[in-house]
Amino acid sequence: MTDDELIWRISGGSGDGIASTSQNFAKALMRSGLNVFTHRHYPSRIRGGHTYTEVRASSDPVRSRGDGYNFLLALGDSFARNPQEEAVYGNEEIKPLSENLDELREGGVIVYDEGLLDASEIPNFEERAEENDWHVYPLDLRGLARDQGREVMRNTAGVGATCALTGMDLDHVQDLMRDAMPEKILEPNLEILQIAYDQVREEYDVDASDVSVPTGEHDEEQLLMSGSDAISYGAIDEGCRFIAGYPMTPWTEVFTIMTKNLPKLGGISEQVEDEIAAAALAVGASHAGVKAMSGSSGGGFALMSEPLGLAEMTETPVVLVEAMRAGPSTGMPTKPEQSDLEHVLYTSQGDSQRVVLAPGTVEEAYEQSRIAFRLAYEYQIPSILLYDQKLGGELVNVPKSHFDREPNPTLGKTLSEDALADEPHSPDGKFHRFQHDVEDGVSPRSIPGQKGGRFLATGNEHSPTGHIEESPDNRVAQIDRRTQKLEAIRADLDQEDTGSYAGPDDAQYGILTFGSQQGTVEEAVDRLNDAGVSVKSYGVSDMLPFPTAQVEAFVESVDEVLVVEMTASGQFRGLVQKNLGRYGEKLSSLLKYNGNPFEPAEIVDGFEAAVVEGDGDASGHQTTFVPAAGD
Amino acid sequence: MSTFSAIGDEREIDRDEYTPGVEPQPTWCPGCGDFSVLKALKQALPEVGRTPEETLLCTGIGCSGKLNSYLDTYGFHTIHGRSLPVARAAKLANPDLEVIAAGGDGDGYGIGGNHFIHTARENHDMTYIVFNNEIFGLTKGQTSPTSPKGHKSKTQPSGSAKEPIKPLSMSLNAGASYVARTAAVNPNQAKEILVEAINHDGFAHVDFLTQCPTWNKDARQYVPYIDVNESDDYDFDKTDRVEAAEMMRETEESLYEGEVLTGRFYVDDDRPSYGAEKQAIGEMPDEPLAERYWDDDYEWERSHDMFLDKHA
Repeated sequence: MTDDELIWRISGGSGDGIASTSQNFAKALMRSGLNVFTHRHYPSRIRGGHTYTEVRASSDPVRSRGDGYNFLLALGDSFARNPQEEAVYGNEEIKPLSENLDELREGGVIVYDEGLLDASEIPNFEERAEENDWHVYPLDLRGLARDQGREVMRNTAGVGATCALTGMDLDHVQDLMRDAMPEKILEPNLEILQIAYDQVREEYDVDASDVSVPTGEHDEEQLLMSGSDAISYGAIDEGCRFIAGYPMTPWTEVFTIMTKNLPKLGGISEQVEDEIAAAALAVGASHAGVKAMSGSSGGGFALMSEPLGLAEMTETPVVLVEAMRAGPSTGMPTKPEQSDLEHVLYTSQGDSQRVVLAPGTVEEAYEQSRIAFRLAYEYQIPSILLYDQKLGGELVNVPKSHFDREPNPTLGKTLSEDALADEPHSPDGKFHRFQHDVEDGVSPRSIPGQKGGRFLATGNEHSPTGHIEESPDNRVAQIDRRTQKLEAIRADLDQEDTGSYAGPDDAQYGILTFGSQQGTVEEAVDRLNDAGVSVKSYGVSDMLPFPTAQVEAFVESVDEVLVVEMTASGQFRGLVQKNLGRYGEKLSSLLKYNGNPFEPAEIVDGFEAAVVEGDGDASGHQTTFVPAAGD
Repeated sequence: MSTFSAIGDEREIDRDEYTPGVEPQPTWCPGCGDFSVLKALKQALPEVGRTPEETLLCTGIGCSGKLNSYLDTYGFHTIHGRSLPVARAAKLANPDLEVIAAGGDGDGYGIGGNHFIHTARENHDMTYIVFNNEIFGLTKGQTSPTSPKGHKSKTQPSGSAKEPIKPLSMSLNAGASYVARTAAVNPNQAKEILVEAINHDGFAHVDFLTQCPTWNKDARQYVPYIDVNESDDYDFDKTDRVEAAEMMRETEESLYEGEVLTGRFYVDDDRPSYGAEKQAIGEMPDEPLAERYWDDDYEWERSHDMFLDKHA
């Protein structure tokens, strides 16, 4: 937590424009020179249902959602269901103001739309406001918007009020509206922004609270980008020009970004009948010589198990992305979780021969999307990029220069017709596509249509020409060769530096995590060190092949390790123990699986309770500790 | 040398080119109808002028899936029911390839039924041969989607309570633009139909009746057969959906009454293939995508130059 930060929460109903308004506001803050990070929470509904986005802004780097928030813009849920006594969803009409109100920090600001929200319905609202020194501004945003012609503009009015109360210039917001809004609605929106801004400044003492927009400056051009954007751009820069998919939250984001952009690049996107087909199409396109991808979320990825195994057995390069959400089954479609880890590592029959990478940040999402493609094509193996609803949807500022890199459309060990002529063939002309003894286990491939390259790709165990062959010698030679690729990939990944370390090298304690929790863990590590606790963290990205040596060195170097993950069963800790084979007595788990990502303070408190105090009691947070299992 | 010089290679083709060397030899049972599909393809491919190395044969799993072990083209022996999604993607990636998919009736009409419907609907320019023997052969004689009602097997010991799939009608409804049925016992017609199917610009579905002498001894050997296009007893317009549908219904019912009707049931030469449709809306490049990766002069686009401004 920095002292000088704004955590602005805009809340309303699904379909009220919370996402677009918050995105524009985050970008305005970024353009003003600040670092930003967004956290979104929404239901699996089109119209209505409590939804909010938090925009955290600071001149210091921000790598996580914050602890609670200090500014609430409660717009009201215009599609709320009528409140009924004992309704399972509660009183939706008041939720934008009432939900998580306890997390509003002391001295925080509340702006709410009194045209839609009645604060008297919230128990003890006034007393709570007084107790917590909240500054409350009931504004008739809906009425204001209605007067200007369109009720939906109350979002803009709320942003105007926010600017007035936080001392933020309207310039950046106005610029953004000019960029984002069509002519027809731009003028009335600019007008209502100004009216709300002026009205608040006239009617209230805008300096009453300490909450204000910090000031900052970037030393290079910044972009506001999500993990889904970054994954897509990574794929494009690796020459991926084919995607096939079926809609499923939250993977749909990558699918739509790719689908929008591929035609501009002469590429192909296919929306198909199911995820079995989607993965099979990616395999077919890659077999025919195109860099291809598919992807899904948990349930859809389950359907991809067989094509995934086919890609492993036929050594067809392909990249799949898996956007995790809370499971099992349909689970909680719009809520983040990391509990597909084991599913992705082990699904499909036989021994897994795949790469699984779990990026921790938006920047890593771009890098590791590129690495996933490079490894898939160089080593003829499926690569899976494992991320989640959190990383896919969070918006952060990233320097534009991060993306200023050369494209890499190469297909890996793929032979030209000239080169094919020098490779081994059977007397009948069949190319030896799957040779036993080759460097790193990678046997060069041909592409259909090439002269001198014909072979059979099959999901059966096969001979060097690809024909079905079950002799023990061939079986062992082929499976050993395919497995050998993983060792080569491990050595390759050791050069890529995919892991992320924070905290002092000689720290007494450690925190291990994977994927999207990395930024939050690193913020917690900074705070713990500031508070005198000696701790470091390692955010692991390579799930398969696992960086056993690095993780072992990390665990070896500290007294105790807390493993932080969003699963209920400690899947990542299990993976660590499986690969290390010892050190079980050093590990304990901090788990969260209630549908919301960790806040940094939860990790700080959890660490202190589990490791420093050692009592494993984390009451107050919906987190769970799991004590060490021993070796 | 160009990237894919096998494509468009204009030369005389000997049908032996499609025959592997000493191995593998077909492992089908003596008298199996699958031999006839292999033979008909070896005759049809030289006639349409497609060489082994510009042809990609994608198969499913089962006795029929072994077809590409014995036909020496580029081959992809996929997984049960999934030959079509693999095949149609290969066609999109490189439309210059001759793409043929093949599988059994369980593969195509059962486990892969969803893919069959959607591939027909999209009208990809490819040929799909379904080896229809009304039985699961390789797993030893279980009831299949085309087995007649009442069919007894170890998995349907009291006789199947299910009506069989109507593959021709299903194909027409789904959107296939060429629908035919032929039979293993009718080699000349089989070859001619495969030639037409391969030449057809769109999804050509050939339901190929292949007798199973081992597990389906009770079934007819699909003789005598009648070609509905030749016979004076049948008069319908194969370019008319309504008449085609009526002819298909009669054909599907009469098969289980012992009358084997074959021929071309529906032909629509006007409907554009999926590739053409996709190109028309600007979602597919004019040049085969697979060629681009070999073009040293191609300037590969970067996200940095094209897509980042909107994030600033």
